[in-house]
Amino acid sequence: MLEELENKYKEATDALDAAEGRAALEAWYRDTLGKKGGIYLLTRNLGALSAEERPAYGRRLNEVKAGLEAAYGEKLALAEDAELQAQIAAGALDVTLPGRKPAEGRVHIITRTLRDLYRVFGDMGFQVYRTRDVETDEMNFELLNFPPHHPAREMQDSFYTTDEGVILRTHTSAGQIRAMRDYYPEPIRVVLPGMCYRNEQVTARSEMQFTQLELLAVGDNITFADLKGTLTEFARRMFGADRQTRFRASYFPFTEPSAEMDISCFLCNGKGCNICKYTGWLEILGCGMVHPTVLRNGGYDPQKYFGFAAGLGPERIAMLKYGIDDIRQFWANDLRFLEQF
Amino acid sequence: MRVPLSWLRDYVDFDLPIDEVAELLTNGGLEVESITAVGLPGAELEWDRERIVLGRLLRVEQHPDADRLVLATVDYGAAETKTVVTGAPNLFPYIGRGDLSAEGLFSPLALEGATLYDGHKDGRVKAKLKGRPLRGIYNDAMLCSEKELGISDEHEGIILVTSDELRVTSSDRSSPVARHPSLVTPDLPGTPLADVLGDAVLEIAILPNTARATSIIGVARELAALIGAEFRPPSYDVVMDGPSIDGRVTLSTENPELNPRFVAMVIEGVRQTPSPYWMQYRLRLVGQRPINVVVDISNYVMLEVGQPNHTFDYDVLRRRADVYAPGDPIHIVTRLPHPGETLTTLDGATHKLEPYNILVTDPAGNLSVGGIMGGLESEITDGTSGAATTNVLLEAAAWDFINIRRSANALDIHTEAAYRFSRGVHPSLAMLGARRAAELLRQLAGGTVAQGIVDNYPRPPEPVVVDLDPVYARKLSGLDLSLDQMGEMLARLGFTVENQGDRLRVVAPDHRMDIEGPHDLVEEICRIYGYDRIPSTRLADTLPPQRSNVKLEREERVRDTLVRLGLQEVWSYRITSAAREARLLPGAPPDDRPYVTLSNPPAPDRNVMRHTILSSVMEAASNNTRHAERVALFEIGEVYISGEDGLLPDELTRLAMVMTGKRDPRSWAAGSEAKFDFLDLKGVLDAFFADLHVEIAYEATSHPTYRPGRTARLLAGERQIGLMGELHPGVVKGFELRVDRDQPVLAADLDLEALLPLIPNFYRYDSLLTYPPVREDLALVVDVGVPAAAVESALRQSGGVLLRDVTLFDVYEGSQLPPGKKSLAYHLTFQAPNRTLTDEDVSKQRGRLLRLLEQQLGAKLRE
Ligand SMILES: [Zn+2]
Repeated sequence: MLEELENKYKEATDALDAAEGRAALEAWYRDTLGKKGGIYLLTRNLGALSAEERPAYGRRLNEVKAGLEAAYGEKLALAEDAELQAQIAAGALDVTLPGRKPAEGRVHIITRTLRDLYRVFGDMGFQVYRTRDVETDEMNFELLNFPPHHPAREMQDSFYTTDEGVILRTHTSAGQIRAMRDYYPEPIRVVLPGMCYRNEQVTARSEMQFTQLELLAVGDNITFADLKGTLTEFARRMFGADRQTRFRASYFPFTEPSAEMDISCFLCNGKGCNICKYTGWLEILGCGMVHPTVLRNGGYDPQKYFGFAAGLGPERIAMLKYGIDDIRQFWANDLRFLEQF
Repeated sequence: MRVPLSWLRDYVDFDLPIDEVAELLTNGGLEVESITAVGLPGAELEWDRERIVLGRLLRVEQHPDADRLVLATVDYGAAETKTVVTGAPNLFPYIGRGDLSAEGLFSPLALEGATLYDGHKDGRVKAKLKGRPLRGIYNDAMLCSEKELGISDEHEGIILVTSDELRVTSSDRSSPVARHPSLVTPDLPGTPLADVLGDAVLEIAILPNTARATSIIGVARELAALIGAEFRPPSYDVVMDGPSIDGRVTLSTENPELNPRFVAMVIEGVRQTPSPYWMQYRLRLVGQRPINVVVDISNYVMLEVGQPNHTFDYDVLRRRADVYAPGDPIHIVTRLPHPGETLTTLDGATHKLEPYNILVTDPAGNLSVGGIMGGLESEITDGTSGAATTNVLLEAAAWDFINIRRSANALDIHTEAAYRFSRGVHPSLAMLGARRAAELLRQLAGGTVAQGIVDNYPRPPEPVVVDLDPVYARKLSGLDLSLDQMGEMLARLGFTVENQGDRLRVVAPDHRMDIEGPHDLVEEICRIYGYDRIPSTRLADTLPPQRSNVKLEREERVRDTLVRLGLQEVWSYRITSAAREARLLPGAPPDDRPYVTLSNPPAPDRNVMRHTILSSVMEAASNNTRHAERVALFEIGEVYISGEDGLLPDELTRLAMVMTGKRDPRSWAAGSEAKFDFLDLKGVLDAFFADLHVEIAYEATSHPTYRPGRTARLLAGERQIGLMGELHPGVVKGFELRVDRDQPVLAADLDLEALLPLIPNFYRYDSLLTYPPVREDLALVVDVGVPAAAVESALRQSGGVLLRDVTLFDVYEGSQLPPGKKSLAYHLTFQAPNRTLTDEDVSKQRGRLLRLLEQQLGAKLRE
């Protein structure tokens, strides 16, 4: 009997050695250690053995079973591992394939630019204050110190409406008086964003509709030096920490002193390129100290209160930052343009 | 305003590179837009200092073998003279006149190797001068025309002038045309031509408050102040030794408010010759064509001192007076036009006059539009009467600048005179301009100036006096300067300053018509101090109280939500037309609410402010369907609705969305080819409102913009906040969308004024439950007319607290159901917060639900 056990053991070991792959191993197990398997069936021999022989046979049979179970377990683990490796190997992808596109949208480039501006000025305490597009000539011009027929009016060709005295605002400065009358006598720090309109030929460089962001600060302790400092900090946050600013004397009816602010060209770092027309400087905004007449029209006593204002063009900023060469793209709403931002 | 550097040097000394001059002026508010060099480094044609020099003409001989060539011998400062073969016609008169050195005739001489423009070719073509024989005589140099040097297109002859003509002889000083640091004597043969005629012209932008810079002396005064140099105005002295003007000319001004001053002088015996070369040269540099000495002096004085002036033919005026008042003086009257009066200007055009166009007239008729342009009848023409000389009546006047501006625009005449007068010229300048022009006519044209000046100046304006408080100046500028420092800077600009200890009393000079108050003086101080030297400081003022900005924040949130849901934001023109918008209402009466209408529209189809934003988004969608397969757009912005009363329209914020085309973006690994349909838009809106935590109900409705049967109105409680649905095919056609037949175009149009306030600041979250949920499926059969929303809402209302979720998963209509019925199948999720639900619990709930739904909607369980 013991001999038969040893023979079967030998047979089973050989068969296990020969079995390759999970299926063959599982078949081997069925045939050997399963309920109908050759080794399992040897248990039956126990009944036919004498009481003296039985313990030795039983012990040996258990040893054989345990040995085979262990050998099987080891081999199956190897086989499973190999199988997994094969699966992984077969599943290799070309990782450079383009991905499946999600359905996505984006905010308009001007929304994005305005948000950048809101954030930078917001950090300095300037809040957004919005006023109307369709304005009175009084708010847009007269109260801002543009008398009728004054040459300054020719700087801004207006769209007039069929209602006398009602125009489309030519600049967001039109909201200055509204903000002042609303805030008086509190100090003011606001940005006035919005759509403006000028009766200009639409070309790659000029639009009849454009956005502006006006900056307005009013208080009893605000100087031209503060204007320079505030705008220089703005320029550095918006265009890079190493930007230089240059202030040139200029003219706006509603500010005095008035200035244009240039920043050192961020494309050539001031060395000169075709974007800065080889001057090393980019014109960014017009600014100045709020004219006493305007302060008075807004309700603030110009002997006691001072203020500054600046006007920025979000399209100009976007054009410079992204190299956009045609201003008409902003309202053309071509997805091929909009999807680039 | 074009300003040659050499001309500036007549009034201010400076020794700075051109770029620095330009930068100083630019930073000081006179923006130099361009610099055009002539002959100097940076010029299109730089004159070689070694090879293009001043030559003195010594001798002119006929070429032995060519009738049309001469041999000109020239001293150019070298040991040897140079003989040049040339065909210049202006040398022919000198043939055979022997030694010409005493004549002092000069011409630019180019030597072999110099680069010039080819005088015989059209346009400007550069060529290098090479020696070659000309009719047997070897020639390696050239006397140059203006064209060859790039000065003008003149190629009739060479530049041939006396040394006097190279020199400005116009003022009491004589200064060289170009004063180079090495200080040139222009009659020294061999001097590099660049040192004699080389120049740089600054183009300066004139702002409304820099009218003072529309003259060379105006710019010189600014430059002098900026660099702290002395400003030397030209002399206004006149030698008057002709017969008195008294009894020959009288003046009356009917509208002194429009014509505050009128100055007249008489200059007799003026020779009608070309003006001297230096004057012609300067006029050319600033872009004016020299005509003759009278016209050139008039223009020169306008450019130099900024006073436009006019020369009438005195004899013509006299002949007219002989008719209207024989034996009496010429009578000049400035007045407004008679009804129907017309005027023919120098350019031959006849103008209908506006009632406010002020005229210079005599009793026989009109002579000119004051301050704008002269009339044809009294023009000085070359050799009118065959006489070699002319008698001139010189006018220099002052005009109201706003009236000139209106008039020039109405007449559409934009002369240099109108340009200056419409920006403001102080009446005091009229006298200076007249004296300057008269003296030049005497000096350069041989005229005799009549004694006396007729000057009608009834109400000279008061000088502008401003007190400057140093505290105010410091508070405005942030600069801490002493009164003396400030006073010195103002004095440099021509202000009269008196330090009163606690303030400056400042009198503005006449040319500063822009000065109104102390703020203007602070700008002057900042400018002269240098904007760049003013410190940059951080705002130290009190921070204003911060306000909440709910509407903007919610608008931005709406943008972010829609972008996340796959829609692209657009921004459109807000100027549109009724016809563009009417495309939204096919077969329906047009929108009859009044528009905000432009009186000067940019185009016939852009003449009103929009009433609807959906039309804007549809235009964007239409353009994109030409190239994009997937179009999903939205816009947030204002529409403009004229109110019943009040001047200004309501500006109301709206949101519109349009979706059409492929649901999934094109990709090689594309999912479906399916196109957007009603349920895509519905899904976006459902997710949108869920994100905003606003409860919205949909209700079937009809509207001309949308396809019948696929239109819903959006209700927040009882209030309609918008419409959504598939667009009516007529709308799709009207906007010319390039879409397939039957391809749905979905749209929604929401009133953000109504929606945004509904977004809650606070809402409760549902606790996450730990006891296991039980899921049940339930198919209900109802009449087809019962809306799904009604079934779902009945389920939710009837389900009690244990029913946590209801999800529709199938809709069926067809042969397996009786006609007129449909089946809606739902996943129901039951869950209790405090225990595990039993089958019994759930079946009780289910039984209750079925009973209630049957009662409410006639719903039956589908077998
Ligand atoms: Zn650059």
